[in-house]
Amino acid sequence: MGKIFDVIIVGGGIVGTATLDRLARYDLDVLLVEKSDDVAAFSTRANSGIVHAGYDCEPGTLKAKFNVLGNALLWKDAEDLDVEHLKCGSIVVAKEDGKEGIARLAEKAKANGVEVEVWDRQKTLEFEPNIADDITMSLYAKSAGIVSPYQLAIAYADRAILNGASILLESEVKAINKKGEAFEVITSKGNYSAKVVINCAGENGAGLNDMAGAEHYDTEYRRGDYFILDNVERKNVHTVIFPLPTKAGKGILVAPTADGNVIYGPTSIATQKDDTASSLASLDEIRRNVPLSYKTPAFNKCIRIYSGLRTIIGHDFVIGESKLVPNFIMAIGICSPGLTSAPAIAEHLRDLVTSKLNCQRKANTVEQLPKTKRLMSLDEKELNALVAEDEAWGRIVCRCEKVTEAEVVRAIHSPLPATTVDAVKRRTRAGMGRCQGGFCGPRVMEIISRELGIPLEKVRKGNGEDSNIAVCKVKEVK
Amino acid sequence: MNTICIMCPMGCPLHIEEVNGEVVVTGNTCKRGQIYGVEEFTHPKRAITTLVKTEDGGVVSVKTSNTVPKERIFDVVAEIGKLRAGKDAQIGDVLAKDVLGLGVDVIITGTAKSGVK
Amino acid sequence: MASLLYDVVIIGGGPAGMAAALSARKQGATVLILERDVRLGGILNQCIHQGFGLHYFGEEMTGPEYADRFRKLVDASDIDVMLESMVLSLTDEKELTVLSPKLGLCHIKAKSIVLAMGCRERTAGAIALPGTRPAGIYTAGMAQKICNIDGYLVGKEVVILGSGDIGLIMARRMTTEGAKVKLVLELMPFSSGLKRNIVQCLDDYDIPIKFSHTITKIVGSPRMTGLYYAPVGEDRKPILEKEEYISADTLLLSVGLIPENDLLNGTSVELSRITSGAVVDENRMTNVEGIFSCGNVLHVHDLVDNVSHEAEIAGESAAKYALGKAEKQGEVVSVVAKDGVRYALPQRIHKGEGKVQVFFRTGDVYKNCKLIVESGNEVLLSKKCQVLAPGEMGSVIVDKAKIVGDIVVRLEK
Repeated sequence: MGKIFDVIIVGGGIVGTATLDRLARYDLDVLLVEKSDDVAAFSTRANSGIVHAGYDCEPGTLKAKFNVLGNALLWKDAEDLDVEHLKCGSIVVAKEDGKEGIARLAEKAKANGVEVEVWDRQKTLEFEPNIADDITMSLYAKSAGIVSPYQLAIAYADRAILNGASILLESEVKAINKKGEAFEVITSKGNYSAKVVINCAGENGAGLNDMAGAEHYDTEYRRGDYFILDNVERKNVHTVIFPLPTKAGKGILVAPTADGNVIYGPTSIATQKDDTASSLASLDEIRRNVPLSYKTPAFNKCIRIYSGLRTIIGHDFVIGESKLVPNFIMAIGICSPGLTSAPAIAEHLRDLVTSKLNCQRKANTVEQLPKTKRLMSLDEKELNALVAEDEAWGRIVCRCEKVTEAEVVRAIHSPLPATTVDAVKRRTRAGMGRCQGGFCGPRVMEIISRELGIPLEKVRKGNGEDSNIAVCKVKEVK
Repeated sequence: MNTICIMCPMGCPLHIEEVNGEVVVTGNTCKRGQIYGVEEFTHPKRAITTLVKTEDGGVVSVKTSNTVPKERIFDVVAEIGKLRAGKDAQIGDVLAKDVLGLGVDVIITGTAKSGVK
Repeated sequence: MASLLYDVVIIGGGPAGMAAALSARKQGATVLILERDVRLGGILNQCIHQGFGLHYFGEEMTGPEYADRFRKLVDASDIDVMLESMVLSLTDEKELTVLSPKLGLCHIKAKSIVLAMGCRERTAGAIALPGTRPAGIYTAGMAQKICNIDGYLVGKEVVILGSGDIGLIMARRMTTEGAKVKLVLELMPFSSGLKRNIVQCLDDYDIPIKFSHTITKIVGSPRMTGLYYAPVGEDRKPILEKEEYISADTLLLSVGLIPENDLLNGTSVELSRITSGAVVDENRMTNVEGIFSCGNVLHVHDLVDNVSHEAEIAGESAAKYALGKAEKQGEVVSVVAKDGVRYALPQRIHKGEGKVQVFFRTGDVYKNCKLIVESGNEVLLSKKCQVLAPGEMGSVIVDKAKIVGDIVVRLEK
């Protein structure tokens, strides 16, 4: 038997990467295995990107606890990791008949220790002029805001790698066996042993539990579809606008994104695992609901549809060590407010692990990632100095989002390298604009091909061998 | 038969029939339409545009110098597929003459990506 | 970087930009073309099919050949060209910020500007295509670039949504190169492309087209494996009971082109909500003095020959404006499209001497109708038309001397 890792984390979503980041500051051998071509490949890349204040979680739940703790940690992490974020607050808007609902939320906020204010229509209008005409009140939470969820997960992964942790991509866990004191984790790319295994497997969380012989949980899946709008709409949306929450979730919101767009969504459609296909009916539901809270919907400015999956186990997160399998730690059923909670869950898991394993905090760890240079954030002098050094800074690849070749190259050679068109997109925004990669897609493919030394027909859109974009050379069609 | 003339973007609707052993075209608004109509009725022909590989692994666009019988399009494309252009091929260069004995040449129409200066 | 000064700066080095530059230079203006690609020619470089030049050069040419004619003229002139140069901002004062790998960020001042940036394609996102979002879904133009320039096919079993010309052309290209194009779907009851492309790109290869149909769901991940489609009712909403499935690894979209005017955000150039291009007069000048527009960034053309002609008007006018040679203009009247005519361009014409060609598109297919052009209460022109279709731009000549008031272009049954 080869090397035994101290910890193997299964799953590179926001919880897995945040946990890896926290554990990487200790003198532990930590490995994260992820089945996709990149971290943040599933629910983490397809959610609302909202940093919730924590007023609507049931008091006393893990959700309430980790949401409130996570909110404060997340804002600091986003700052340290140079991840796009904006503490723009949020409002829950209601009509006259929503008075009780707003009052109930305000009570929960108090119980959860979240600062909120109840506003009348006038006060709400001053903050967000585009609320619907029959909105008469709102609940304002100033600690809420937005963050780029995939950028955050990628930045956690990058910092963790810089601090000595390892990530294995495209490694799907097939089995987990207990061998003596250690676990053997069988993946599609090899077998690895560890003293502790942490289940951050998202929609496969319950399945991984079963694999390891830990507690069995029944899982529900809910799909949420979204519209993303052109960044010209960003100026019309100032804050996160929720309707009153219902049993199905927080409802269809209107929000700016950290990437500078606007989203409408999500729906909440009961479905099965792996279903991220939007449906006509669900998109129509968004079209019907947005005008109820937001006065000037602009569906004609849609540049993309996306869908994400919420993995729900009962009414709360499942976090902690398995009672059946010692040293098997779970963080599963992490649906909303999972993104906001992630850093707090990560610190909780860190404490669990460090109390089990004999370890010390490392000295001289990387705490802050260097400020990412982006064309649009550079002043003229800086930019010209960069171009003088490297022409690629003067070569725009993505016209819509103004991304240079240098930024694409940097993403391909970042601590966790981007190897696919989508991975480059998540790191640089190339292809995220209104032409959706129509112009820059082939250029990005070429740069990936050149930088990684692979033929163009091997360059993939995202996960999966058969997601290559150029499928074969002309004149060589079989 | 009824068809649309493809000789220019106007797309005149053509009616073509044989009257007393003579092919009569109506609906055309120019001479080219007349010629096209007769040919389309008796033996349809098409010009071909496709690509050839260049020595350095790229591609460059080509066309046939004239039309070929419609049913031979794929034969001609396959034959063109066997050709290789030099990486400095110029627009207007004749890459091959009299393809498959059909009396048409293969003409370079573009500049390969690698040849862009 | 020092600031550069030109009489005329042309943004975009495609067919519109090159023609505008040449005609501006002919007037004696100093001219600079800013092109974002590594060569001049724009999208023509990837349009290797024939169908270009019959009107302009009197011969049938391919796209790269057509572009090459102009490129050689530009090369032989003393027009300055900056390649790989992206304009980051433009102001009403005609100041440009441009980024290029050779010069970095530079500031350019022009006496007049010609917008010739072309258009972009509507995407799967823009039409809110439902289902998964796998590899295998591309705009027809992107597939065309990867095929004709890079030399790769994007798939082997293809469905095409939309019957715009690039979609039809790509149906033939993919077939010629060995792919199987199984079906073309068009939401409208008529094609948005040229009729002859239905014949020579679809009929020639027995590729079926279904009008009044749309996609209801994309299936497959990470690569597309197929899709559901259904006929649409009069409201253009799919009739789900009639949904059918077809397997395919690739979907190409040809669902519309949009003039790429994002650069105008920093200016006060007025845009038409119908064409998405600028509102211009017969000289192709926008409401901002000295800013001109032509080609597909002004309105989407079917024929590059028309683009070249239009660009020559813009280039000449821009040069005259820059050199202070612009003739005194008469009173301006509006050109209004009505009763079945979706738009008419130019949207403003000055009274005076000479003739103006007014281009128009209809909103639907009209058979055996009359096209009427009026000014004030005078009928300037009444023309019988067999067929008018949205996919085919029409034009009429208006005598400027006969203008008495606003011009109306309309259809009558």
